[in-house]
Amino acid sequence: MTDAAILSASGLTKEFKGFVAVNKVDLAVERGTIHALIGPNGAGKTTCFNLLTKFLQPTAGKITYKGQDITGLTPADIARQGLVRSFQISAVFPNLTVLENVRIALQRRRGDSYDFWRSESVLHEYDDEARAHIQDVGLTEFSNERAAELSYGRKRALEIATTLALNPEMLLLDEPMAGMAQEDVERISALIKRISQNRTILMVEHNLSVVADLSDRITVLARGEVLAEGDYATVSKDPKVIEAYIGAGHA
Amino acid sequence: MTTTDTVSHVPVQPRDKTMGMPRHHMLIFACLFVFMLVAPFLLYPIFLMKVMCFALFAAAFNLLLGFGGLLSFGHAAYFGSASYISAHAAKVWGLTPELAILCGTGTALVLGIVIGSLAIRRQGIYFAMVTLAFAQMVYFFSLQAEFTGGEDGIQAVPRGELFGLLNIQPDRVLYYFVLAITFGGVLAIYRIIHSPFGQVLKAIRENEPRSISLGYHVNRYKLAVFVISATFAGLAGATKALVFQLASLTDVYWTMSGEVVLMTLLGGMGTVFGPLLGAGIIVAMQNYFASFGAWVTVMQGVIFVLGVLLFREGIVGVIAQRIKKPL
Ligand SMILES: Nc1ncnc2c1ncn2[C@@H]1O[C@H](COP(=O)(O)OP(=O)(O)OP(=O)(O)O)[C@@H](O)[C@H]1O
Ligand SMILES: [Mg+2]
Repeated sequence: MTDAAILSASGLTKEFKGFVAVNKVDLAVERGTIHALIGPNGAGKTTCFNLLTKFLQPTAGKITYKGQDITGLTPADIARQGLVRSFQISAVFPNLTVLENVRIALQRRRGDSYDFWRSESVLHEYDDEARAHIQDVGLTEFSNERAAELSYGRKRALEIATTLALNPEMLLLDEPMAGMAQEDVERISALIKRISQNRTILMVEHNLSVVADLSDRITVLARGEVLAEGDYATVSKDPKVIEAYIGAGHA
Repeated sequence: MTTTDTVSHVPVQPRDKTMGMPRHHMLIFACLFVFMLVAPFLLYPIFLMKVMCFALFAAAFNLLLGFGGLLSFGHAAYFGSASYISAHAAKVWGLTPELAILCGTGTALVLGIVIGSLAIRRQGIYFAMVTLAFAQMVYFFSLQAEFTGGEDGIQAVPRGELFGLLNIQPDRVLYYFVLAITFGGVLAIYRIIHSPFGQVLKAIRENEPRSISLGYHVNRYKLAVFVISATFAGLAGATKALVFQLASLTDVYWTMSGEVVLMTLLGGMGTVFGPLLGAGIIVAMQNYFASFGAWVTVMQGVIFVLGVLLFREGIVGVIAQRIKKPL
């Protein structure tokens, strides 16, 4: 664990009724890098994300974010510290418009807005900023459409726009490009690269060419355990990694 | 529980709004208001007041179900307890009607805080069961307690003088007081739905984990909407006690909780006007078919089943989709 780590976990473990999904994982994500978490299906990547953001309570282990122990925090409070996650299945607000989706994130600045006596027209102050985020992911022409009507790839793009609207210091992206068309993959890839300039990103991704292209460091997980860690060249040559992928039916 | 499937949704176009309300909403409210102003000269005032109390009750319930995504099966607790306290305050303490209603409403608010803070820890069907369990406790308390008059209820509740000045004993006078309360309540609920707070509520209803991941303390929002809903349900119940000059076990019984679910679903949950229409239809049925006795319940059941089968989104929900405008 280096001092430069913005997020680190030690001995992170999660048991589901006797089944160990994540087993004594040590992880250190260096500030300002793009760190990829890869591994075959069922390796425990999503579970790791759930633990790191406290959507699940770890059975054992400790999580440190910006030098502070966050193991005891609630998921909402972790998000408020600037550590924001996305979900593997697209997580939009289907019956809100694209603009409203992004505004939900911007609106958080009002604090916990319990101002139920005010008209929602006060939210228009966020419209311009929301539109800028929407443009970043190429959804401008869909601004007033219900999120439910978007194609899968566009929903994912909207999700990223919403996450970025929080301007988080660190992002945890769970397969941000799954289900996207090739051109969208390129756009989002470029966007992730751009936003990583002043942020830290931990990303789960199955598309290995994206991983190779984007990530500074890779952690390989299999059966809940860390199998290997290093840059792409190192990791992709590791015999254990190759075996794990072939063993799980992946080339 | 995902209630979103059956919530009726048509996106609001940012255009054509006045004072934060789309013009067609304003038009409907205006028409309703004008109609209600002259209605007591055409229809029985007591019937109309009953419709209004239930319309407010259903609107309050819909705030929780249609916009908070929370199915309470114990809303009779707030309606009924407010009804008892308001009746007691007017009759025994001799308070003026507005204060009696305030006492009843306050009781529902406190009850909402207590029950709500326990219920929101549970999800979906467990949430519904907790609310039902507490409502049954309120029912048994009402059955046993001295002041509620047991099976007889609290009868001959004086309507009294509004602010100690205006005698509201005559139906036609009371009517306008009830109209003011109902309209005030429904408009307040409208504003809550269309506030920044309401926007977060919709987000939580749509996708709770995502709302959490954006940093929202969702349980606080759920509690807030629960308490607001209980309070307005209480306002409806407290007013009802003065209209019928009666508070009885019917008001706290679980069938009352069921009825408000029915009204809301029939009219269209998650719509502004659906619960009002649903309440109108159910109350009208109860009134006009009263001679059929127990069959009213059966007919209600049939209408409900038909309604749900034919219009999954409720009557107003279906209309909203047809005209492509939120209602
Ligand atoms: N809530 C749960 N209860 C029981 N078992 C679970 C639960 N969540 C995950 N698991 C199990 O834990 C293991 C790891 O799942 P996880 O979703 O973390 O894998 P993953 O690496 O994200 O896989 P994928 O690439 O398919 O998304 C799987 O075997 C899964 O079945
Ligand atoms: Mg996963």
